[in-house]
Amino acid sequence: MNYRTPNGMSRRHFMRHMAGASALTGSALAMGHTLTTHAGELARNRKSAILLWMGGGPSTIDIWDLKPGSATGGPFKPIATAGDMQISEHMPMMAKNMDKMSVVRSMSTREADHMRGRYYMHTGYVPNPNVTHPSYGSVIAHELAAQRPELEIPPFVSVGGGSEGPGFLGMAWAPFSVNSSGQVRNLDMGITPDRLTQRMQALKLLETEFISQDRGISAMEHAKVLDKTLNLMTSKQMAAFKVAQESEEVKERYGQNNFGRGCLMARRLVEVGVPFVEVNLGGWDNHQNIFTTLQNQRLPTLDQAMSALIEDLEQRGLLEDTAIIWMGEFGRTPRINGNTGRDHWARSWSVAVGGGGLNGGLAIGKTNEDGTRVEGQSYTSEDLMATVCQSLGISLETTFTSRSGRPMKIANSGKMIKELIS
Amino acid sequence: MVIENQKVLLARSLCFLGACAFSICLNFSSPSTSTAQSEDSRLSQVEQINKYIRQTWSDYDLKPSAEASDNEWCRRVYLDIIGRIPSVDELKAFSADKSADKNRALVETLLYDDAYTEEFARNWTTLWTNLLIGRTGGMDNNSMINRSGMQKYLRDTFARNKPYDKMAHELLTASGKTTPGEDDFNGAVNFLIDKVNEENAALATAASSRLFLGLQVQCTQCHNHPFNDWKQQKYWEMNAFFRQVRAFPGGMRGSNAAAELADQDFRGESGNIDEADLFFELRNGLIKVAYPVFVDGSQIDRSGYVNVVNRRKILADKMIESPYFSKAAVNRIWAHFMGYGFTNPVDDLGPHNIATHPELLDYLGQEFRSNRFDIRKLISWITLSEPYSLSSRRTKNNESDDPLLGEPPKFSHFYLRQMRAEELYESLIVATRAGESRGNYEQQEALKSTWLGQFAQAFGTDEGDETTTFNGTIPQVLMMFNGDLIKQATSAKGGLIDRLIANPKLDNKDRIDFLFMSGLGRKPSRDETSLAKQLYQARAGDTREALTDLWWVILNSNEFIFNH
Repeated sequence: MNYRTPNGMSRRHFMRHMAGASALTGSALAMGHTLTTHAGELARNRKSAILLWMGGGPSTIDIWDLKPGSATGGPFKPIATAGDMQISEHMPMMAKNMDKMSVVRSMSTREADHMRGRYYMHTGYVPNPNVTHPSYGSVIAHELAAQRPELEIPPFVSVGGGSEGPGFLGMAWAPFSVNSSGQVRNLDMGITPDRLTQRMQALKLLETEFISQDRGISAMEHAKVLDKTLNLMTSKQMAAFKVAQESEEVKERYGQNNFGRGCLMARRLVEVGVPFVEVNLGGWDNHQNIFTTLQNQRLPTLDQAMSALIEDLEQRGLLEDTAIIWMGEFGRTPRINGNTGRDHWARSWSVAVGGGGLNGGLAIGKTNEDGTRVEGQSYTSEDLMATVCQSLGISLETTFTSRSGRPMKIANSGKMIKELIS
Repeated sequence: MVIENQKVLLARSLCFLGACAFSICLNFSSPSTSTAQSEDSRLSQVEQINKYIRQTWSDYDLKPSAEASDNEWCRRVYLDIIGRIPSVDELKAFSADKSADKNRALVETLLYDDAYTEEFARNWTTLWTNLLIGRTGGMDNNSMINRSGMQKYLRDTFARNKPYDKMAHELLTASGKTTPGEDDFNGAVNFLIDKVNEENAALATAASSRLFLGLQVQCTQCHNHPFNDWKQQKYWEMNAFFRQVRAFPGGMRGSNAAAELADQDFRGESGNIDEADLFFELRNGLIKVAYPVFVDGSQIDRSGYVNVVNRRKILADKMIESPYFSKAAVNRIWAHFMGYGFTNPVDDLGPHNIATHPELLDYLGQEFRSNRFDIRKLISWITLSEPYSLSSRRTKNNESDDPLLGEPPKFSHFYLRQMRAEELYESLIVATRAGESRGNYEQQEALKSTWLGQFAQAFGTDEGDETTTFNGTIPQVLMMFNGDLIKQATSAKGGLIDRLIANPKLDNKDRIDFLFMSGLGRKPSRDETSLAKQLYQARAGDTREALTDLWWVILNSNEFIFNH
């Protein structure tokens, strides 16, 4: 790893400059970095989560919960897997890894609009005009980042998509969005560390003055993001974004496409301690020609990259500490429409989860014969989120306070999906 | 309980202030005189706005903040009306004007003076392009949209002050080709060109209702609305208006040939063109029939022949007659200037979403209508109103009025908000390259689009949802720290810094003052001046380097990026 810091200096050297340059404006302007904190003897939580986000609403009835022989079933056939369930014939590589993943077939939600569904599945809350809730990544980063003082890059990274925002947790917990090439733009200021330090200290004075005029929270948030940016610019950990450094063989195994590279980047980010990575694969809004699109495009890409990620994490001994969540904003109608497509459907659909100590190989819950409703116990976004938080060692008693002072339980008081937690 | 928690928050922010070991006096120019306010109030609409807003203040026991300084107010109107900050000369001209109605005079200059027509039209074209086709519309090969066609149409619309109802009517009913230069060019078609072919025009139905009526019908496509009494039937009755229109791609995918939007007869799904019907499925599997019926319940002739009944034209007429039409427009423009609309989200006026100031919204809707939907008039009423004139500095008596805390906005102080990416771009150009030739309009817009492209992010759904990373996050800060645009602004050959140095009439103090005025619309405080001197020493007396550093610092400050 030979990531370039400004003017080729090491981070440690640079930070000494930052600390030493206070002659410029006095100690009141010392930067707010946690430069030298060490975790010491604290028990370390090394857990992370990777969310594979299927934008558009994937047809889970054609992937994880097939209905062969029913009018709604479509043409795909189920195949046996290494786990205790069958999945689509177009997911053969995942079939070999289903002992490590479980499928929750009894998701039942109410939001079948893209924006609302995306918000709800990311936050555990339905949209509300008076409060913006933090998304998965912001919540988990917020809970785990404090235990990782060595982490210099953002604790919530979203690859190839925007995710949802940090809501009332503030812009410091916003997703850091990158594309799958891992090229982060505008990292180099091209000036000496001394000069950068002096600029930053002068900037701090202006920032602080404006904040002191009491014009609102946003002014403070801006200053926090400045600090985070400076941290990142000078960090060797930025090398984690450089998927190009991997061998051709590894890149081939994940797939030479955006989602494949994104999954590979997720592994690299988790390795350096990033607690939450979201990787986006869009194109699931298949109102027409759904079966050819799935068979020829979406499923091969998904199957290859997802299976590569699971195998890679396992081989590196990271799977036990890394929860994987596969989901979109909703499923798709069991009924096949006039354009050989399926429309939005939230009442009965599936998600896949595993790793991070969650039990694999299970099919949890079930839908009726044609997939139009859940039979027995059903689960929601809140339940799924609670289960994931539990697996990451985050207490379900955690309560946030929204900016208005309203207390909000983590995962909106969701109930754990017990089968997943031993 | 809510109030108590705000006290805690206030206490926290006071602690934060206490931590600052220094304080600075800022030399603000004198606040505008109270006579200016009374002159402005000659507009009866301004008086009415003030009356309604003051009523809320007294209802909630709030006291408004003091008036913003002349320079702050001036920076605000430039940003909000023409989409960039004022130049130093423009600021000076405003503060030199001692007349009582100078605020009104400035607003009128920005709205009506030929010198500003191009910038006014550019700003509102940008805003409406993003509303109509999104930040990414027409940017990829699968799209039939011609972005410059859309912009050309809007630019003509705003430059000529076309009434808003006429614009809406044209956008809803347009036929013709997407691309400028074609015989049958009609830029307005770009609004619907990508929204009518798929899913029986679901996007056209949703976007038209949301943009022009503030009604979110898309949720009811597949089921009855969860929060109000809209039924699935209503969605499909609205959708029926869009069944007589089709988009024809100009060539193969990815080719640049112009697409065309055209009316065509709708035969009806059961084949009886005189009663052209459509069918939809309820969630319980029942199939129902729908014909065009407007949201107010009024029915129209069911014929599918365009020359008997042009459904889009009737829809446009009915939309414009609807009280929702004027309210949706007023709410959107109010939100643009005041930071928040009367509803959140701004484009949801449905019965479940009660407006914060329903009477004012009704009143402004009626006034907008009776003033022939003249956007410029609406803009002057809002910008000359008392709430728009207030400082963004909050006080003990209005700190609770904070929409970020989930409180409905009461407009007792100006709400801080970040510049849009487009505003930043235009502001930097004005602040750093004033007087230089910028190339022709198309070249300018192409350069800007390329730059803006780095922030746009699509969600990968058929509805074309998108977001921007120019929202106060790390990529934005990285761009402000190190991006080409900033590098150019701070160190271009022959740029602002070079010009300041080359001017023998200026000493370093003048140069520092100029940079502060240029970026922040104010003079530097004493501490800031001495900071600049320290930078000068740190650069070992290299004036160019020191001014470059200072300009970089100013452009990266919260005070610069926030409209305050």
